[in-house]
Amino acid sequence: MTVPFSTIPEAAQNHWLWAIVSVNVLMGFMLASAIFFVWLERKVSGRIQDRLGPTRVGGKYGWLQTIADGIKLLCKEDSIPGAADQFLFRVAPYFAICGTFVAFLALPFGNGIVGRELGIAVFFMLAVLSSEVFSVILAGYGSGSKWALFGGIREAAQVVSYEVPRAICVLIPVIVAGTLNLTEAVGQQGGFFWNWYIFHDPFTFIAFWVFFICGTSSCKRAPFDLAEAESELVAGFHTEYSGFRWLLFFMAEYGSMFAISGIAAALFMGGWHTGLLPWDPAVKLNELMGWPGAILGNLINVPVFILKGWGGVFVMMWVRWTLPRLRIDQVMMTCLKYLLPISCFLLIAICLWQLVIDKLEWQVGGVTLSVPGLWKYGSALTCVMLIILWVLKLLRTRGVSPPGVTGWADKAPVMAGTMVGVK
Amino acid sequence: MSLQPFLFYTVAALTGLSAIMVVVTQNIVRAAAWLLFSLAGTAGIYFLLGSDFIGATQLIVYVGGTLVLVVFGVMLTAQGPFVNLKTGAGEWAMSLIVGVALYTTLAVSTLVTAWPTSTEESRLRDERSSTNVALLGQALMGVKEATPQGMVPGVNNVVRVQMSYLLPFEIVSVHLLVVLIGAAYLARAKRRAHRLPGVTN
Repeated sequence: MTVPFSTIPEAAQNHWLWAIVSVNVLMGFMLASAIFFVWLERKVSGRIQDRLGPTRVGGKYGWLQTIADGIKLLCKEDSIPGAADQFLFRVAPYFAICGTFVAFLALPFGNGIVGRELGIAVFFMLAVLSSEVFSVILAGYGSGSKWALFGGIREAAQVVSYEVPRAICVLIPVIVAGTLNLTEAVGQQGGFFWNWYIFHDPFTFIAFWVFFICGTSSCKRAPFDLAEAESELVAGFHTEYSGFRWLLFFMAEYGSMFAISGIAAALFMGGWHTGLLPWDPAVKLNELMGWPGAILGNLINVPVFILKGWGGVFVMMWVRWTLPRLRIDQVMMTCLKYLLPISCFLLIAICLWQLVIDKLEWQVGGVTLSVPGLWKYGSALTCVMLIILWVLKLLRTRGVSPPGVTGWADKAPVMAGTMVGVK
Repeated sequence: MSLQPFLFYTVAALTGLSAIMVVVTQNIVRAAAWLLFSLAGTAGIYFLLGSDFIGATQLIVYVGGTLVLVVFGVMLTAQGPFVNLKTGAGEWAMSLIVGVALYTTLAVSTLVTAWPTSTEESRLRDERSSTNVALLGQALMGVKEATPQGMVPGVNNVVRVQMSYLLPFEIVSVHLLVVLIGAAYLARAKRRAHRLPGVTN
């Protein structure tokens, strides 16, 4: 099910006005997402830590909190330390935000809805996201402070190391898809959700989780957030940054989190496809109504993709506030001793699958059973059943507390009226 | 002026300016940062020429790999005389003469050579092949229809040389592996064979 049309015609894509429009739309989306993520992070962290998060600014749920934070950051004093390298200190945040934003240009939000359709889309995104490491190095060195320098060096080593298994894990669905073009790769995952590449074979399934871990690490998110290790390094490479410069680093971090989740959604989770319809709404409506039908169909596709990206970011936040931070040697060991060999093995295995196992099939009483088909439906069904069982387990009714115990402690306190060992 | 030349002049000017600043600036880490801009500008020129794959490779190899190494090395070993580089007047004179001579040689030879002019057919073929990664992969494997064809000086008609680039690619890969192992061996933690004076065991 490849893309038979382009929602935005080729002539329009080459015009300079489209460049300005698409850049503005993407920048607006990235910044609006960042605003949402700041609020979401505070709410998620609050709930996980059994408190409420922001509740005052902007009604009951504090949705204006981010605006208040933004205004505060804009009004802060713009201070540069005396020992800082003036040029490098100022230029470092812009590497981060430029590197993150340019990656959005190749990310397809819908069927044909992409800033610029590149034949090497996913390679381009990885290449541009890899230039973000300079923001860390130059910020760490240019701050003229030892916290920043240590944080910057550790961080740069971590980001650069995790790029290798990340790139290998991206190669694995690319081998299955046969193209680096993200629009085509997503187009091949159309139909129901068992067509998604995560269910295609066991190796892409593992590759999804390895890619997500490597992506989390290259976004400098916990449990790999040594750059901002507050208990050790004050704030790592952005210790000396305050106000709007710090905001740029933060926006870049949230932007790259969405870019990584977007790549994961596009390559593994079916991109803009809902997974519950047998066809792509944009393609179907385009056949029925022509060009306006494609726009209408994409009105379903684009929110689906955005929700998948936001879901990935939510999982990253959830993991951040659940797991403790790793030490630098543990971080490097995880990459070099575990994730890199695993991803190399997956690369060889997926080549074997595509060449040999994909073709295995046999006839049983008139029905053709093939190994890829069996795995596809079997694993999709198993995952759905596991998710349903997990949700039911969460919703099970709670047991009755023993008499005399109130509140949310479900077991009786140890010293309630009796002393242990004393009659 | 239409968009294409305008973009080219902008990117080329930025790249050239960054290259000049690499040489002129006196702080070595800033020189590495300017080198970053000029390498990214070169990637931009590749994108403007329509070679997406080469541009992305330039970013990932030079900017994301080589330059990180250079900045690390420069940043952590910049001690004493290397932090502030002041070039004397004699050195400026020598390097300007050599630089201008090299530039003149390159520019004159580029302008004097009779490059084959691109026809409409060759332009379409190049556009198709440079944006199609599958064709690049097939050319790597030596598929005859995908290998580039062009004018060879001294031959009158267009020639297509069938060559698989896979063997040179593998040779370079093994070469890099040997270099990696050699570098890791050279950088190993050496066992202290000598005792410090005055320390008794």
